[in-house]
Amino acid sequence: MSDAVSSSIPYRRFGNRTILPGFHLSLGYTLIYVSLLVLIPMAFLVAKVFTEPFAATWAKITSDRAIASYMLSFGASGIAALINGVFGFIIAWVLVRYEFPGRRFADAVVDLPFALPTAVAGISLAVLYGKNGTFGEWVHWAVGPEAWRAGWATANSNIGVTIALTFIGLPFVVRTLQPVLEDLSTDIEEAAACLGATRWQTFWRIIVPAILPAWLTGMTLAFGRAVGEFGSVIFIASGVIGRGEITPLVIYTTLEEGLYSQAAALGAVMLVFSFLILVVVSLLQAWNGRVTGSASV
Amino acid sequence: MKFRALSLSPLRRAVAVIAAGLIAVSSASVVTPACAAEEPDQILNASFDVARELYGDFSTAFSKHYKATAGKDVKVNLSFGGSSKQAKSILEGMQADVATMNQETDIATLADKDYVAKNWRTRLPDNAAPMTSTIAILVRKGNPKGIKDWADLVKPGVELVIPNPKTSGNGRYTYLAAWAYTLRSPGGDEAKAQAFVTTLFNNVVVLDIGGRGATTSFITKGQGDALLSFENELLLITKKTNPGQYEIVYPSVSILAELPVSVVDTVVDARGSRKLATAYVEYLWSPEGQRIAASHYYRPRNKEIAEENKELFASIPLVSVDDVFGGWPKAFKTHFGDGGLFDQVYKKK
Amino acid sequence: MATSATTLEPAPPQEAPRRRRIPRKATTEPLWVRLLLITIAVGFIAGFLLMPLFIIFKESLLKGIRVYYDALENPHAVSAIKLTLLTAAIVVPLNTLFGVAAAWAISRFSFPGKRALVTLIDLPLWVSPIVAGLMFVILFGRQGLLNSLFWSGGKQVFPILFEPAGIVIATLFVTFPFVARILIPLMQAQGSAEEEAALTLGARGWQTFVYITLPKIKWGLFYGIILCNARAIGEFGAVSAVSGHIQGLTNTIPLHIELMYNSSQMEAAFALASILSMLALLTLVLKSFFGWQAERQAKEALESTP
Repeated sequence: MSDAVSSSIPYRRFGNRTILPGFHLSLGYTLIYVSLLVLIPMAFLVAKVFTEPFAATWAKITSDRAIASYMLSFGASGIAALINGVFGFIIAWVLVRYEFPGRRFADAVVDLPFALPTAVAGISLAVLYGKNGTFGEWVHWAVGPEAWRAGWATANSNIGVTIALTFIGLPFVVRTLQPVLEDLSTDIEEAAACLGATRWQTFWRIIVPAILPAWLTGMTLAFGRAVGEFGSVIFIASGVIGRGEITPLVIYTTLEEGLYSQAAALGAVMLVFSFLILVVVSLLQAWNGRVTGSASV
Repeated sequence: MKFRALSLSPLRRAVAVIAAGLIAVSSASVVTPACAAEEPDQILNASFDVARELYGDFSTAFSKHYKATAGKDVKVNLSFGGSSKQAKSILEGMQADVATMNQETDIATLADKDYVAKNWRTRLPDNAAPMTSTIAILVRKGNPKGIKDWADLVKPGVELVIPNPKTSGNGRYTYLAAWAYTLRSPGGDEAKAQAFVTTLFNNVVVLDIGGRGATTSFITKGQGDALLSFENELLLITKKTNPGQYEIVYPSVSILAELPVSVVDTVVDARGSRKLATAYVEYLWSPEGQRIAASHYYRPRNKEIAEENKELFASIPLVSVDDVFGGWPKAFKTHFGDGGLFDQVYKKK
Repeated sequence: MATSATTLEPAPPQEAPRRRRIPRKATTEPLWVRLLLITIAVGFIAGFLLMPLFIIFKESLLKGIRVYYDALENPHAVSAIKLTLLTAAIVVPLNTLFGVAAAWAISRFSFPGKRALVTLIDLPLWVSPIVAGLMFVILFGRQGLLNSLFWSGGKQVFPILFEPAGIVIATLFVTFPFVARILIPLMQAQGSAEEEAALTLGARGWQTFVYITLPKIKWGLFYGIILCNARAIGEFGAVSAVSGHIQGLTNTIPLHIELMYNSSQMEAAFALASILSMLALLTLVLKSFFGWQAERQAKEALESTP
């Protein structure tokens, strides 16, 4: 993304030789700020992990409880990302292509999960999907108490966690797809139609390949955010192993137990994962840049 | 040349800007009154999750009492959280003058690291615990599942809400009470106790981090058939917040929960607040303090005040951690330590 | 430039003639498909996004307006609101300054490790808030590796951990990418031709920045600030780890909401939540407006410098 632009500006070694001022000031400030706020704290988190015997740390991050929580965190985030992939696409498509009353309002509301504080979303979802809540009551009535108990509960359960993670991830998919869909020229679709393609064929052969990188990027972003999510999910999660206990909650519980170095070890696992997500996202964005031929971030 | 000369100083300017930023950040905290230098008129009490109402009321009463006796306006700040987390926060530097916990180990941790004098348990009366409680069972009105004792809780289809023993005192006492119940049953031994507790925790649907969270799950979210928590928390529900909707079931045997308190010596010495903090802690044993405890459904130590409130608290046999488990340090290590028995009991289904 | 603005500005009128030009619907779906998709989209937004918002206002007013006001007038709630506002007032300017500096360095100059720096700036968005908070507890804690630096005589040298400053620092971490992330692509798209021209004509560095750059990035800057502010006010996980949860001193609004919620004081929790929700709605309105303006600026830049 930065290459596309920097190539339009003549390459300069270390910013000298340019008439633009402020290179040392701005870069120096940036580097000091990033070091103080990100690098140093992270380094100490990792250092904390290694102050303990490695065997104990390893036992903690590979314990049944930890592994069950990774599976739930990744599983629920994955399912949430897929749900968002489907509905996010429909919403983005409808917002870009169709005209209907309230479109602008709907467009603005999509960002609600970004704007709403996580704790606020958390208590609201917990009430809404709890056994006594509007939606929870419906589901409880629809599936019956037995099935509710067996795992169909919408609160304090894996389903509840998935619902909360879907809530926070939606804008990522919609907001990454929207600009790509807007830039998609209808000329190719027209041409396809002229050549006798059905609308469905046009969709699969023309539209999907063009938006696929952005689609995957959006879903990866939603996934990455969901894995680390804390505030909106803990109120609807539960501490029961394998039933609503996500990794951030295990970290929180471990913190509450006062076992800081174990919490740090689990935190380090999450950090490694955050890096992986970042790498995948930047690869996807590079692909997206090639497909759409534009420098988008 | 001119550019080079200019371009170096901005780096220093950047450093200056950062420094200014950090000063701004730290000065934000200086304006708060938490770090008054001498003769502090504020103290901080770090307490456990469900003690909010008790220590809220007690602190107001103490401020009034202190004004009347010492002629000084004081403010007690309160922090609530999981008992063990509060202890750990104090270790990490939370400036709590007083620690009011729900089990001995949380203050013992502080004593181990010399934050609290080693003799903390004997320098105050009653093992430094001005009040006690026990674990009881809360069921929905009419007791639809017919729960009468511990044995009824392990039946298939009974759903339980218990605070997490890893993070909360209520959870630990519940676990130990169930364990003690099996030991006392005919033919009960350690193996049977472990099997019983395993079945018990298999019936748990929500394992909340703190006691109050468990209450919210049971009452507000309607989860589970029975809530196991401190007697005072359950009485608060049946007497005050939701009268007539729930019933308390006392099991045939339960556990004596001593709720210890201490002044945090390192903090009061550093802040110069020992006099005030000690007065606060000792006031818990005064008739006024004991009455406040009873009014929040904690069992008072004071005999007369206990007698006044005797219809409130069912008299059932209570075993102590010292008698059955050889004291808290041992019980904690065997059961709740990392890789302890609870970790074996509580596994993924 | 003026012409490109007029062709780009009104989005809906542009779509109308396009549809009239193709009455055959070769590039759209049958009516029933369109209706179905619109229904699904609107239904999903209403049920999944608007319903939780509605519940907040409903629950907060369940016991009447009196209880609602009482909850907001509670001294602990008031001090939580004050602390949250103070935090945002410190964090937002600092991160705005950082965002502008980082965007300037990254979009205007080439240097080795630029990509790594951009990645690093993005990282806080993907770090779990609870891990972020934990990092600072470990860094500043008395049992930490740096205890000799931050602690002396049982007291903190600078009161950070379990004090408001800790909350500020944790919030600083979780919100610092927002302004930079918005400005970097915007400034890259705009290029530096105008700044270079101004400098060649004899303008000073700061003049160039204030009169040329700032107006160009204005809307993007506002957009970033709004996002940064929303997150700063609403941050929960990171702040929860570094706060001592001392009522009236180190509880922010979200922490106070959690406390009220877990104290079975639902109305109080939701009353404060409704305040934050109104703020979120205001954020949405401003965000839509600023975002639209910023997009226009970026597009203008792309059009004018092909």
